[in-house]
Amino acid sequence: MLRGTLLVARAAALRRAPPAAACGNRSREARAGGGQLYDIIISGGGMVGTAMACSLGMDPNLEGKKILLLEAGNKKVMDKAPEAYSTRVSSISPGSANLLSGIGAWDHIVNMRCKPYQRMQVWDACSDALITFDKENLEEMSYVVENDVVVAALTKQLDSLSGQVEVQYRTKVVKYTWPRSYQAADSIPWVQVTLANGETLQTRLLIGADGPNSMVRREAGIPAVKWNYDQSAVVAVLRLSEVTENNVAWQRFLPTGPLAMLPLSDTESSLVWSTSHRHAEELLELDEESFVDAINSAFWSNENHSELVETAGSLFRTALSFLMPTGTSARQLPPSVAGIGPKSRVMFPLGMGHASEYIRHRVALIGDAAHRVHPLAGQGANLGFGDVACLTKVLSQAVFNGKDLGAMQHLLEYETERQRHNLPMMAAIDLMKRLYSTNAAPVVLLRTLGLQATNAVPPLKVSPPPDYMALCSKRAYNFHGHEL
Amino acid sequence: MYGRTARAAAARLLAHRSPWASEDSAAAGLKRVPLGTFPWEPHAPTRHASRCLLLSTCTSGGGVRSMSQTTLDPGESKKFEALANKWWNEQGEFSALHAMNDLRVPFVRDNLLNVHGGRQAGRPLSGLRILDVGCGGGLLTEPLGRLGADVTGIDPVEDSVRTAELHSSFDPVLRERVRYRVCTLEELAEEEAEAFDAIVASELVEHLLDVDFFIGCCHRALKPGGALFITTINKTNVSYALGIVVAENILRIVPRGTHDWEKFVTPEDLERALEASGFQVKSIRGMLFNPLSGSWSWVQSTAVNYALYAVKQNEELRGDGAETPGDRKEQEEARGTGDSRNSGPGHG
Repeated sequence: MLRGTLLVARAAALRRAPPAAACGNRSREARAGGGQLYDIIISGGGMVGTAMACSLGMDPNLEGKKILLLEAGNKKVMDKAPEAYSTRVSSISPGSANLLSGIGAWDHIVNMRCKPYQRMQVWDACSDALITFDKENLEEMSYVVENDVVVAALTKQLDSLSGQVEVQYRTKVVKYTWPRSYQAADSIPWVQVTLANGETLQTRLLIGADGPNSMVRREAGIPAVKWNYDQSAVVAVLRLSEVTENNVAWQRFLPTGPLAMLPLSDTESSLVWSTSHRHAEELLELDEESFVDAINSAFWSNENHSELVETAGSLFRTALSFLMPTGTSARQLPPSVAGIGPKSRVMFPLGMGHASEYIRHRVALIGDAAHRVHPLAGQGANLGFGDVACLTKVLSQAVFNGKDLGAMQHLLEYETERQRHNLPMMAAIDLMKRLYSTNAAPVVLLRTLGLQATNAVPPLKVSPPPDYMALCSKRAYNFHGHEL
Repeated sequence: MYGRTARAAAARLLAHRSPWASEDSAAAGLKRVPLGTFPWEPHAPTRHASRCLLLSTCTSGGGVRSMSQTTLDPGESKKFEALANKWWNEQGEFSALHAMNDLRVPFVRDNLLNVHGGRQAGRPLSGLRILDVGCGGGLLTEPLGRLGADVTGIDPVEDSVRTAELHSSFDPVLRERVRYRVCTLEELAEEEAEAFDAIVASELVEHLLDVDFFIGCCHRALKPGGALFITTINKTNVSYALGIVVAENILRIVPRGTHDWEKFVTPEDLERALEASGFQVKSIRGMLFNPLSGSWSWVQSTAVNYALYAVKQNEELRGDGAETPGDRKEQEEARGTGDSRNSGPGHG
């Protein structure tokens, strides 16, 4: 029996070996013209890649290691946020804020622009069911931050680490050459990175932070499961009709898809509206006034309510309030929208993807390269920052234990820990997305009761979830009767 | 996955640095001529011959290399050769030995840091000279080099040393800090007396013919106050049951004859031998391999595997002056039976 499982394990190990075609360079070449050897090369200087570079550059155990960040685009310098808000925003969870603060970038973000929110309300278009999360503890606060601001803050921090981390902007990689999974007589044991200018670099560990269409992932032959929701997201900067505290993140589930309004300032919010491709195109073509009407009606309309669910829901609510008089919180109404920021209306298709493996020998994927989620509440960044924190911890320990940075053993630790965290999140989001894409009465009833129960039972809300994802998973578990 | 690690685990537990190699006749033959056959006779022919050989190789250098593998059972060295090129497959036969680095590297590192203090962030062991005895493919030599130490790895098996050299040759950092030599400990101790801050002998002692002589050589090569780190298998019923009966005869994970239980050393005996030779034993810790997770952990019990840390005492503290392997021999002979008990089959 041992032997049988052994064979399976071996086969699995073999599958992890990079494609043989890529191997076979002779050592003499390597020694003669192999190029500079880095300890770590990070490919992709977006939010997650730049955070990775900062995080590695600040780790004391990694002091003296040669670290390089490669970014195809220009350096993004910004001392002051531009007047107009960007439409691409992230909801930064307390965990991510901790990471950013630990690597010294949080102060830069605060100096530029960010908006904390204390409360999140999620409700259903087909019933009055709702759930709210109050964040009374300031340390538990989430923030809405523009992606550009995050990148600029990290870039600024990275500048101060120039002794530790080298950065090459406007540098495109054209080819990766993978080593064998262990020393074979004469082959180069490092990952070789060929740049568009013809230069070849070598690295002990390559970190792929190059986004959902990751070239690192493709070239390494790591399969990714992808699916499209047949949906697009319409994003825009919204001007509110009046000045409010604007400290609530709003989320409503319509049969066509979820709709989110995240606070940017006292008078502005960011919209992420997921809907069918056709509807999204229609929304894009509307004149501003009709578009604003469409948004307001999407947040306020009751047209999808069904009588059966209403009745059942209100009975259930009555029963709950009877059992737990203080359990349910009052429903708030979202602010109404008066207009949109100039040229801020954009749409893009929604998809989800997950790499079946996050690591190979001498390769690790982080951020969207490893997992792409429904972007509706800007949560992709939190998963990515989680990857950064975990991989930094694992690599720091590996170096302190004298390990080869690219060895599988500790990279597997990273993969296991992150997949254990990311997969349930992704599954929950996907499940919820599907659950809310229907207005069939039984399903609506089910989720109505689920939401109401969750909202009413105090232990579930004792610690407000750090981010929307946590909320999603909580609710999904709820519906499945797991771990309530 | 578990199957692989389980097999490797058992292999690790039992085979240590020895490979799957067959029960070759040399090994089998040798086991029938154990030193301890005449435990009451310090001048037993085998023992005496080997001691002479050791001394002669010290003076004649590498010329008698093939004959100089005297602290290692020649039959056993042969078994390693076939596998030298598999050393560096992290998931291969030596995966458990790779995994053992999770315990033994921190064990060495932390004990050295306690004495010497962190010298440089990112290279905590910089400035220290470490000798890795029985380095094999360099599995432990390289991590210590990466921590900044100046490491010499020695092994009498040329294939292993060549594998280790090849492996580190691609790495500019290791090329600076790690050197390998095909030689025995006694040769090196002769050339570089009192040269090392630490000696590491991991999974070696259970293959030795003469533990006392080995300890004497370590004493000679270490600076005063230098550290000796040993990991090995205990000589208990448990290690016999797991190591020989289960692994070799039932699961057949390891070929029969891979290990000679008689050569295993108990921590008590090892401690006694070390203390008698001018070392102070600082700590002994049990190690346990979990075949399901493929990882090692520290445990209370030293019944199967254990790690030992000892420090060479300053001469004045010992009060019996300087000592050479030759002196050791005389001392041992003077003590008579006391020290041959480790290897005598009659004392199982």
